[in-house]
Amino acid sequence: MSSRCLDMTLCAALLLALPLAGCEREMRRFDTPPKATDRAGPQGAALRPGPFASAPGGPDAQARSMSQVPRQPPPGYEENAFAVAQGKRWYRWFNCNGCHANGGGGMGPALIDATWRYGRQPGDIAETILQGRPNGMPSFAGRLNEEQLWQLTAYVRSMSGQLRADVAPSRSDALSAGEPESRRETQRPGRR
Amino acid sequence: MNGLHDVLLSGGVQADRVIDLWRLLLWVCSGVFGLVLVGLAWALWRAPSVRNGSRPLHPDGPARARLLHWRIALATLVSTLLLVGLTAASIATGRALAGLSLDGALHVEVTAHQWWWELRYEDDPPGALFSTANELHVPVGRPVLLRLRSDDVIHSLWVPSLGGKRDLVPGHEVTFTFRADRPGVYLGRCAEFCGLQHAAMSLQVVAHAPAEFDAWIARQREPARAPTTAQRERGRTVFSGASCAMCHSITGTDAGGRRAPDLTHVASRRTIAAGALPMGEESLAHWITDPQSVKPGTNMPPTVLTAEDLQALVAYLGSLQ
Amino acid sequence: MTDRHTLPVTADQEHLLEQTWRDPPGWRGWIGAINHKTIGRRFIVTAFGFFIAGGLLALLMRAQLAGPQRGLVGPDLYNQLFTMHGTTMMFLFAVPVMQAFAVYFVPLMIGARSIAFPRLNTYAYWVYLFGGWMLFAAFFLNSGPDAGWFAYPPLAGPEFGPGKRVDFWAQLITFTELSALVEAVVIITTIFKLRAPGMTLSRMPLFVWGMLITAFMVLFAMPSVMLASTALLLDRLVGTDFYNPNEGGDPLLWQHLFWFFGHPEVYLIFLPGLGFLSTILPTFARRPIVGYTAMVLALIATAFMAFGLWVHHMFATPFPELGKAFFNAMSLLIAIPTAVQIFCWIATLATGRIVWKTPLLFVLAFFFILVLGGMSGLMLGSVPLDLQVHDTYFVVAHLHYVLIGGAVFPLFGALHYWFPKITGRLMSERLGHLSFWLMFVGFNATFFPMHWLGLHGMTRRVYTYPAGLGWEGPNLLATGGAFVLALGTAVAFANAWWAWRRGVPAGDDPWGAPTLEWATASPPPAVNFPAPPVVHRRDPLWHAPEEPTHVAGLALRQREVLVTTVRDAEPDHRYRFPVPTPWPFLGAVATTVLFVGSVFTPWAVVWGAAPVAIGLTAWFWPKKDDRDAQAIALERAP
Repeated sequence: MSSRCLDMTLCAALLLALPLAGCEREMRRFDTPPKATDRAGPQGAALRPGPFASAPGGPDAQARSMSQVPRQPPPGYEENAFAVAQGKRWYRWFNCNGCHANGGGGMGPALIDATWRYGRQPGDIAETILQGRPNGMPSFAGRLNEEQLWQLTAYVRSMSGQLRADVAPSRSDALSAGEPESRRETQRPGRR
Repeated sequence: MNGLHDVLLSGGVQADRVIDLWRLLLWVCSGVFGLVLVGLAWALWRAPSVRNGSRPLHPDGPARARLLHWRIALATLVSTLLLVGLTAASIATGRALAGLSLDGALHVEVTAHQWWWELRYEDDPPGALFSTANELHVPVGRPVLLRLRSDDVIHSLWVPSLGGKRDLVPGHEVTFTFRADRPGVYLGRCAEFCGLQHAAMSLQVVAHAPAEFDAWIARQREPARAPTTAQRERGRTVFSGASCAMCHSITGTDAGGRRAPDLTHVASRRTIAAGALPMGEESLAHWITDPQSVKPGTNMPPTVLTAEDLQALVAYLGSLQ
Repeated sequence: MTDRHTLPVTADQEHLLEQTWRDPPGWRGWIGAINHKTIGRRFIVTAFGFFIAGGLLALLMRAQLAGPQRGLVGPDLYNQLFTMHGTTMMFLFAVPVMQAFAVYFVPLMIGARSIAFPRLNTYAYWVYLFGGWMLFAAFFLNSGPDAGWFAYPPLAGPEFGPGKRVDFWAQLITFTELSALVEAVVIITTIFKLRAPGMTLSRMPLFVWGMLITAFMVLFAMPSVMLASTALLLDRLVGTDFYNPNEGGDPLLWQHLFWFFGHPEVYLIFLPGLGFLSTILPTFARRPIVGYTAMVLALIATAFMAFGLWVHHMFATPFPELGKAFFNAMSLLIAIPTAVQIFCWIATLATGRIVWKTPLLFVLAFFFILVLGGMSGLMLGSVPLDLQVHDTYFVVAHLHYVLIGGAVFPLFGALHYWFPKITGRLMSERLGHLSFWLMFVGFNATFFPMHWLGLHGMTRRVYTYPAGLGWEGPNLLATGGAFVLALGTAVAFANAWWAWRRGVPAGDDPWGAPTLEWATASPPPAVNFPAPPVVHRRDPLWHAPEEPTHVAGLALRQREVLVTTVRDAEPDHRYRFPVPTPWPFLGAVATTVLFVGSVFTPWAVVWGAAPVAIGLTAWFWPKKDDRDAQAIALERAP
């Protein structure tokens, strides 16, 4: 009978003893993203689609957005599979395909390789999206909110294999556009 | 939300036929259930009660066993005949449902998204095609042919008072026909689990008398009303300048997003957010500034605007009848 | 009834047999135990543990749905709750608990000393336990599956199901299907080859028939879901396109593969319940069952027909109408074998003498609850009506009526019936009646209103509903009923606990039952039968013993089992069964590492295969020792 007691206790203990810790990869955050507390530099919370109706893309808004993109995203994007999946949705919805195709590039540069004209860090990519770049990358300031921006940034980084394999998206439910992001490796310069 | 949403309260011929089948099944099944319970009760009443562990019986001589077996066989035969009859009734009903005449049908393409319904009325010349969302208007007495597609996951279109449901499966295109025979509003829902806001993916079917329906179609074909006040003008500017146009479209403006409901005539609808909120300026403001509090998980992002811009935007949208 | 004191075995010999067959002491014995009763007890307790966990999940769901827009639980957690509830109940409770009772009682009912392949049986239990732990660990780490227990792609696919949640679900399928398939092999072999001499197929108890047929169904049904879930895992982790319509796949492929398993699955749960009924009812009607042959044929017919119904889960999908009509017909016709069984049971009661004990009460509830569920099943089998009530609370009502009425109530009856055999103590009749009525009233209060809700438009799998549609009242009633039902099960478990600690001693055969498990002590000795019985008739304990009565001459210091022929159970040969060993446990651990690792990386399949291979090799390594010489000596000079 003692073995039965032991069985029951063990079963109960293991079912209940695991901490209710949230696993970061699986969090689904539906409200505003967590405020960053320990980053150097200006706060990402300063990024807002500003009062553009009265000053659409005016010099104030431009200056604000150019100077205040932090280098790192707030926590909760690059380790979060849901956020990266949402980023993939924005990539499709906002027609990034139009210039970048599914990452292979076209009118715009490729996003799946290791060549980054303006930097590969999340802050660089976010800045690119927000303020635009020479030679045709439009500015999306005022068109995305902060959460969408960081989700999209995280997805773009996953396209070149910079995210962990268990966070990056797997294959799309669409025509195949190459290896799923979770199975990509960053391509090194010099490799064709 | 008001409207019929009941399998047993029909607004059209398809639902009527199913109600007839339901009644037949209900009577037969209740009867059989009652008979089984009566049989059980009779058995328990008839058999004597004894103490635990009393001597077991071997009561069946060959004659008695045969009698029991014949009775069971007879009961089984009757059950079989009933079941065959019910099957025939089901198949007959199915054939009747499939036999709805499609003369003069209204054609609408329904595309299900997470978590809203896109409706494109297809009987127009291409220049006059229009899209609307979450509210299907139909004329009474005329068959409606829906072409069903899904943009992402499996959904299911179900309007209980008008007919059965059909799944919208990616990669398949399905048609569904029905006819509303009585004017009114019929509530529908998505009936296949499709993610976080499956619970809030409603579709309303509004059945009009034919003249009313023609008037509705004519209004929907028109581009969006131009703003008539300064506030609404400002609202239109806000709409085009903010993130709205990334996903939404308003015919007659620059906004051409295809990823979210068409808002050309949003104010003519009874609800917004697929039935989650009643149409109105307060609802619009709430939905625009904090959609996650209404439908957590929705793809609509919260939009931060100054109070004046928000009022202007809402006034503009409220004018899009 | 056979008097144990006239057995051809002395007390000394019984003592030696006990030494030979018992589990070793200490933690090594705990890990290495392979006795089917030890494993069966663990299996039963674990399955009921998962039942309680699944029930708690359901209570949370009902608390959320007690009123409109309650806000107790958000959509993300609610989706995980109902997925975990369904997955736990279907994969971790309903089928395993039936196999657990079979593991404990089938060898006893057929007069065997052991189950076949005891180490494989042990392995199957550990794999099941570890799979369940994996799933709940994932759930507590916010990684619980959230796409429904049926996990339809594309929602469960890689694009719309981000993260690892559905991967854990799919891997749980792998665990439980491996366990179930292994158990099925064990059960079939036991029933075919280890029956007591003279127990021909037509003298087998109906519960044993039920488990035999269920095990065959497992063999045919489980591979389908294993294939489906493997393809889903490949889609999600490797990037294949089985369910991607844009690259030649089809979401409907999943539905066909899943429901080809999924419909027989509910009959895997239902058939053992029918077996429980056919065991308990004759005992408490004090007469053999009416129409034994018809009952067996009805079980076989149900099993066959169960494989021809699966499209009734897909009536709303694009599928040819003529095909749907076929499945409509089959879905209704499968009621016929069950009707035959019901008529036979009623005839048995009508011509018997009733003993009003708790097991009978639970079994009588079947006639109300299951038959009502069967009636709603006829409605759901009819295509036009199904298209209205599919995916609504009408289906929730139906499925709980048939599963709880057809399996869980008989299961609780079996628990009360067989508890004395497992523990040697009787459960309290008073608490048994109380738990029965609480469960019966609570169940009906919970699920009957759901028929109404479905007909009035309430769809399934919704985390909340709007006010003003008239759904508030029935939902509140359902929530109240759920708590009463939970209270009833709690009383039953409390009853079991107290009885185990200090219940009235039961003796060998407290119910005066006809089957062989009651011909040995309560609880049975490690060897089950010091002298295995010889069977001459059905319901052997209800007839005077006939010569020869027992088997003599089996070894005392070896685990020797008499193997008999398949149809007529004539003695065939004596076989030496394995001794306790830790390798099944270690093999299960290695398998778990392989399965859980492969959720994260395909390399786990490669690296994880090595320990599994090592474990299996050590397990099956032939042992040469002096026990072989002894066995050969016994053969030559019995």
